[in-house]
Amino acid sequence: MAVGLPENVFLTKLDVAANWVRSNSLWPMPFATACCGIELMATASSRFDLARFGAEVMRFSPRQCDLLIVAGRVVTKMLPVLQRIWLQMPEPKWCISMGACACSGGVFDTYAVVQGVDRFIPVDLYVPGCPPRPEQLIAGIIELQNRIKQTGTLNGREFIQRTEATGPEPLELEELRRLRQATPVEGLPIFHAPDLKT
Amino acid sequence: MIDITALQAQFGSELSLSEFRDNRRVICPAEKAHALLSHLYHAAGFNYLVDITAVDYLEWENATDRFGVIYALLNMEAGERLYVKVFVNDPHPTLPTVYNLWRGADWMEREVYDMFGITFAGHPDLRRILSPDEFTAFPLRKDYPLKGRGERHNFPVITRADS
Ligand code: SF4
Repeated sequence: MAVGLPENVFLTKLDVAANWVRSNSLWPMPFATACCGIELMATASSRFDLARFGAEVMRFSPRQCDLLIVAGRVVTKMLPVLQRIWLQMPEPKWCISMGACACSGGVFDTYAVVQGVDRFIPVDLYVPGCPPRPEQLIAGIIELQNRIKQTGTLNGREFIQRTEATGPEPLELEELRRLRQATPVEGLPIFHAPDLKT
Repeated sequence: MIDITALQAQFGSELSLSEFRDNRRVICPAEKAHALLSHLYHAAGFNYLVDITAVDYLEWENATDRFGVIYALLNMEAGERLYVKVFVNDPHPTLPTVYNLWRGADWMEREVYDMFGITFAGHPDLRRILSPDEFTAFPLRKDYPLKGRGERHNFPVITRADS
């Protein structure tokens, strides 16, 4: 090096340095509502040892976390809680949707279960499976680390452009609209909610 | 063993007993339900209420009533079980509460209310127990669609821009 740096000094960009630090110390917020949660616990424990990837510090306070792992089905009563937890987490933050239920509702296609958390909160990475093996979740975390290293910025500029909801629109919207016209139910406030994007 | 003829003498002949293997069921008209359950608790030794549940008989073949409420009772000393079945109907299916007999009825009646909309008169705190408080339907009724009426899609969407 022409500048003549001392031996234990190296030059880098701030973005890269921040990404390197962030990606190797992801602190997960476990949102384990069902059976996938057990697999998440297995991932953190000695046999699979998430600590190898710097992500072993499961914090149960969203203020201290930067990776939300939604493991399990989310029912309608729980979704406001999930959204509040997401809003409470400090930037920069990422979200992994783990398992078929968190990604799409899985086999629970009923009135009580949200058909994919990505409809209501931003999701960065989906881990499929019912439940995903711990290796699969670890692969997901490595993938997320790579993504942070490649696209992350010091002040989270990459997030600003994402103003659209990531998830799909409910498939049944059409069906619901038809149903609503066919059999209007009097005095049913939830049913009359206007934000079923007309 | 509970004697059905003695019960019929006391509560009228509308009471009927059916039996399958060791499963004994008493069918009782709604207005006599509380008196019968009270008698079973105080005099017949059914000191444990195992469960309260309900069935919606909408479009059921040969059904004459809309809802059946089922009390599962257990006599802990004799090991005897008994099911008491009471039918109620729209528009306001109501039964007297059994909270004054078995304290455990508290949450069971709340669950039946939450899922079927059957009210229990005299219950100290009849709120929904499983569904969110804002929920307006009774999801286990047969005329409620399995996928709901759009409740599960009715939430604000949080994007990266607002978080
Ligand atoms: S995806 Fe499978 S294992 Fe995971 S919460 Fe759903 S049912 Fe349970």
